[in-house]
Amino acid sequence: MRNENIYQTIMRNPDIFIASDNILSPLGSTTAENFSQLVKGVSGIRQHDDVAMSLQPFYAALFPPAAEPGSPVGPAGANTQSDLYTKFERLLITSISSALKDSGIDPTDKKTVLIISSTKGNISMLETAVAAAGSPGPVPDARPGRDSDTRPEGAFTPAFRDRIALHTSARLVAEYFGFQSPPLVASNACISGIMAILTGFRLLRSGQYENAVIAGADVISHFVLSGFQSFQAISSRPCKPFDRSRDGITLGEGAATMILSGNPRYAGSIKIMGGSTSNDANHLSAPSRTGEELAYSINQALAQAGLTAVDIDFISAHGTATLYNDEMEAKAINLANLPSVPVNSLKGYYGHTLGAAGLIESIIAAQSLAAGLIIPTTGFEQLGVSQPLNICHTLVAATLNNCLKTASGFGGCNAALVLSKP
Amino acid sequence: MNCITASCKISHSSIYRNGQQVFANQSANLPGFLLSAYQFLDNSYPKFYKMDNLSKLGWLAAEVLLKDEIHTRPYRPEETGLVLVNANSSLDTDLKYYETVKEIPSPALFVYTLPNIMIGEICIRNNFKGESAFFISPAFDAGFIERTVNDLLNNNILQACICGWVDLLEEDYTAVLYLVEKKEDGAFPPFIKSMIHKIFQGENE
Repeated sequence: MRNENIYQTIMRNPDIFIASDNILSPLGSTTAENFSQLVKGVSGIRQHDDVAMSLQPFYAALFPPAAEPGSPVGPAGANTQSDLYTKFERLLITSISSALKDSGIDPTDKKTVLIISSTKGNISMLETAVAAAGSPGPVPDARPGRDSDTRPEGAFTPAFRDRIALHTSARLVAEYFGFQSPPLVASNACISGIMAILTGFRLLRSGQYENAVIAGADVISHFVLSGFQSFQAISSRPCKPFDRSRDGITLGEGAATMILSGNPRYAGSIKIMGGSTSNDANHLSAPSRTGEELAYSINQALAQAGLTAVDIDFISAHGTATLYNDEMEAKAINLANLPSVPVNSLKGYYGHTLGAAGLIESIIAAQSLAAGLIIPTTGFEQLGVSQPLNICHTLVAATLNNCLKTASGFGGCNAALVLSKP
Repeated sequence: MNCITASCKISHSSIYRNGQQVFANQSANLPGFLLSAYQFLDNSYPKFYKMDNLSKLGWLAAEVLLKDEIHTRPYRPEETGLVLVNANSSLDTDLKYYETVKEIPSPALFVYTLPNIMIGEICIRNNFKGESAFFISPAFDAGFIERTVNDLLNNNILQACICGWVDLLEEDYTAVLYLVEKKEDGAFPPFIKSMIHKIFQGENE
């Protein structure tokens, strides 16, 4: 076995710890700043009036243009020209830099893997390209045997196709830090962040690596906003998770990094205990009618963690504030015998940060475990789901040992993760 | 041990199952090819017509891969899952969706601007509810698939896994899917990197 030594170390000590983390959001550029803003009840959601994004004003948690992270200052010799990296890549680099700082984790060690989570990555490059080309409308192809569904060849030059790809962003970020192993990219709708954590957890548990640097980001562009608007899924005000009058999501921008390690030097840190994903096999854009599939993932995650429902002290829900998501989650939480456990959703602070959401929310969950504080669900007033839920709506101080994190997304995907205090 | 109990490859207007060509249509463009393959399979599955090209490609590959055999196996819905990888995510449909934004943004296209939607389509068709994941990679990495799927099977997270590569951009496409199950009788090729690579390259066609 090539990695026998790592494998033996991890077998003796199978715990996987959060060695370091970072949240880069409109609320702050470190995890500590973010957590302190949440404790104070500060939300990053504002009304925006930007015709380049939407003809109507909309609510979202966006980076103010001035606060966007500039060209990162990197290791000596790294090319830090600002035009080398897109906003998406700069978010990742800035967040990873912060998480790596003073972490004791060496990205150039071949036992350290980089995992990127995103849904749409550099999609704003498509908007720019379409705008530059003038008329972006589909061009009928008159060649024999071609129908109007087919664009003439060359709509994507090889260079463009390569530059916009998520694997290119991952490579650029990996090269910036000098990672030796090829980076992985998880792109699985709104469970991408949890899936990336779970992927890292399993790579460490199976002894393939000792450390995993897991970073997620998404940028809110016209593409993304128009798509959710087309689904009538955007709330007319800051979103209201689990509330009776909830009417949709609020989008948000952000990046986050969680560094996992099997190295016992991090034994005092919060642990990832287990996780699972599942599929509804029901509908592409509407969640399960029963919640059974998310409940299955919750039960699997608990079993892997060696815990049962009574051990869970709070749930960090997906809580997007769409009618159907919150209803499905309520059913799943009840099926998993957790109706009295305090539940929160952070979407009222961050909006839905897509590929970053699972990471941001898991990092805040870890902070909550460490601090003994459950963050209230901002936007929530009156329970608006058909099943009992204990929605946390004021700041609660309590002894917290175990947290369940859930997420669901388009394509019928669900995910659950269990985090515990050492 | 974990074995490749079936494979399917779709490329260059041809469909292969276990290395044998089962369908070819060289005369059509991509949408025409996908439609003719669907008609050849003699399916009645109206949802096919709503899918984008990437989902059609992955769905067709899964149909040919699984035939009706998977449903004779004793697996619960949660015991079968998917691990898929591609290079171009959903870029093909991303542009088609964005072209509708000037007029009326199309929710029917927007839903396909995520690569894992293809997993959802295959799960809906076959009632698979187990662990699934979509990864983006510049090229097919047989070693990554081998390690990831073995981890899921060996830890009993799944009993059967459909895995592989489904990539499509404009007229360029390749789908290679593997059905991986636990078999002891030696009748099937082992799910190891060299065999995965060989089937991907089409060396047994």
